[in-house]
Amino acid sequence: MRRVMMWAFGVWMMAVAALAQGPLRIEITEGVIEPLPFAVPDFQPENAAATELARQLSRVISADLVGSGLFREIPSSAYISTPASFNAPVQYADWKAINAQALVTGAVAVNGNQVLVKFRLHDVFSDRELGAGLQFSGTADGWRRMAHKVADAVYSRITGELGYFDSRVVFVSESGPKDARRKRLAIMDYDGANVQYLTDSNALVLAPRFSATGDRVLYTSYETGFPRIYVLDVGSVQRRALENQDGTMSFAPRFHPNGRMVVYSLSVGSNTDIYAMDIGSGAATRLTSTPSIETAPSFSPDGSQIVFESDRSGSQQLYVMPSTGGEARRISFGDGRYGTPVWSPRGDLIAFTKQSRGRFHIGVMRLDGSEERLLTASFLDEGPTWSPNGRVIMFTRETQGAAGRATLYSVDITGRNLRPVQTPEGGSDPSWGPLQN
Amino acid sequence: MRMTTKLRIAAGALALAACTNPAGLGGDAADGAGAGTGAPAVVPGSAQDPTSAAFFQQSVGDRVFFEVDQSTLTAAGQATLDGQAAWLLTNTDYTAIIEGHADEQGTREYNLALGARRADAARAYLVSKGVAETRLRVVSYGKERPVEVCSDEACYAQNRRAVTVLAGGLTS
Repeated sequence: MRRVMMWAFGVWMMAVAALAQGPLRIEITEGVIEPLPFAVPDFQPENAAATELARQLSRVISADLVGSGLFREIPSSAYISTPASFNAPVQYADWKAINAQALVTGAVAVNGNQVLVKFRLHDVFSDRELGAGLQFSGTADGWRRMAHKVADAVYSRITGELGYFDSRVVFVSESGPKDARRKRLAIMDYDGANVQYLTDSNALVLAPRFSATGDRVLYTSYETGFPRIYVLDVGSVQRRALENQDGTMSFAPRFHPNGRMVVYSLSVGSNTDIYAMDIGSGAATRLTSTPSIETAPSFSPDGSQIVFESDRSGSQQLYVMPSTGGEARRISFGDGRYGTPVWSPRGDLIAFTKQSRGRFHIGVMRLDGSEERLLTASFLDEGPTWSPNGRVIMFTRETQGAAGRATLYSVDITGRNLRPVQTPEGGSDPSWGPLQN
Repeated sequence: MRMTTKLRIAAGALALAACTNPAGLGGDAADGAGAGTGAPAVVPGSAQDPTSAAFFQQSVGDRVFFEVDQSTLTAAGQATLDGQAAWLLTNTDYTAIIEGHADEQGTREYNLALGARRADAARAYLVSKGVAETRLRVVSYGKERPVEVCSDEACYAQNRRAVTVLAGGLTS
């Protein structure tokens, strides 16, 4: 339904090495202080039916790029000229004059329910195109995805890294007062558009987690009166409870990258430990056996290791162990309590929640705990999730007091570009899915 | 103890037993009404009925409180649980679910585990006082179900709790 096809016309130049030499280049890891100025004039409608969509597409592309914090849009009021047609030569001088370093031009045609989008990215100060033009076709209801794909291509060509705009987030949508909060699972585009609800709010639901391919979601529900893990198929919205021993509580599930295993916490009596389960057979293996709390497990991208939190030292800290269990090594040593660790999809960093001196932070550290960097600070920030390219983190921020409300926020891994994600109701526990095909 | 009536309230969640001889209930009876020895005008199931869930909640005390990040029972908590155990040993028709809760100062997953510790601390104490294990279940709500909504210690102290919620009777 929302499938989008993509192919290159002309030669697809994925020449990253060549790009590195060009002037149009952003190094994300350095923390961008001065966003790169770009212009995206309204796309050319190639028929009357495409007029409105042509404008909307350019707005979504711009919102994606600006929202990344790496780009700054030059308003159309500053334009000296606009392209006469998609294939007309670009007047680079007119764009240089207003300091548009990157220029995105495009065209769109609508035929019935079919939409065809074409675009080109121009390196204005080099008087040339950056990479070949691309076109995408899809159905009208998937038009935002086509805009995100254009923005991903622009982002990717300029940063040399994969984008993250054509992706979805599963989260908990929250309504009602703090002492009677209603929660239901929801799924949306990464930017808060196209929200769909996956459960009703009759039962408390917590912490949905996407599979690596984005086809399924694990979550915890109190449907039976006790916390229990469910797996939900995103396409059919069919769900089923995972195997469970009566009288126990299970929560904090996450998929193995292979999608066949789940790691989670099980509370038996006063003790909470980490277990792994084969989703198909229901066979469970206990991975930790200490009297302390072990929870919030997250696999490394290759599935070989698990990072988790434990209070075995007397306070919440982060540990890494082999995915089959066994000896764990502590990786967090700073002042305060550390929880909800999540392995970056690039494998290079662990994101976490830190509680210190009455404040909560989202932070990142290397796998050995070095180079700890706190990205946020507030009354209550928690539950980080990584963008598919490992460059942005989304999390829950809750405000204090009787009117306290949970909202989704995103921040980049250098701590810049903190911004709320607009959702229809309150939002918590985001899980960012993969870049879509 | 002589059972005279048994009825289900509309929701069907609670089985309320009315009892004419509330023996073994300690000194702190319900305030005023129903405590007299004259004609008993006690409405079965009301807070004045010493065998009712409402009485358990209001007069015995259905909850105990914990220090920050702790699941050790306080002296006051143990006293409350002594009362709960005595009541449960008298009113043997009830089962209970013990809910463990945490304040909002903690991550969601950790608070679920902490709530489990608190609920189990209360459960283990009741069992040690003779309440049959089969009558008790535990559940943790972590920080999901606060009763007080301010973000100060006054509210947090009320939210760090284990609540014994009476449920349908064994024979129902």
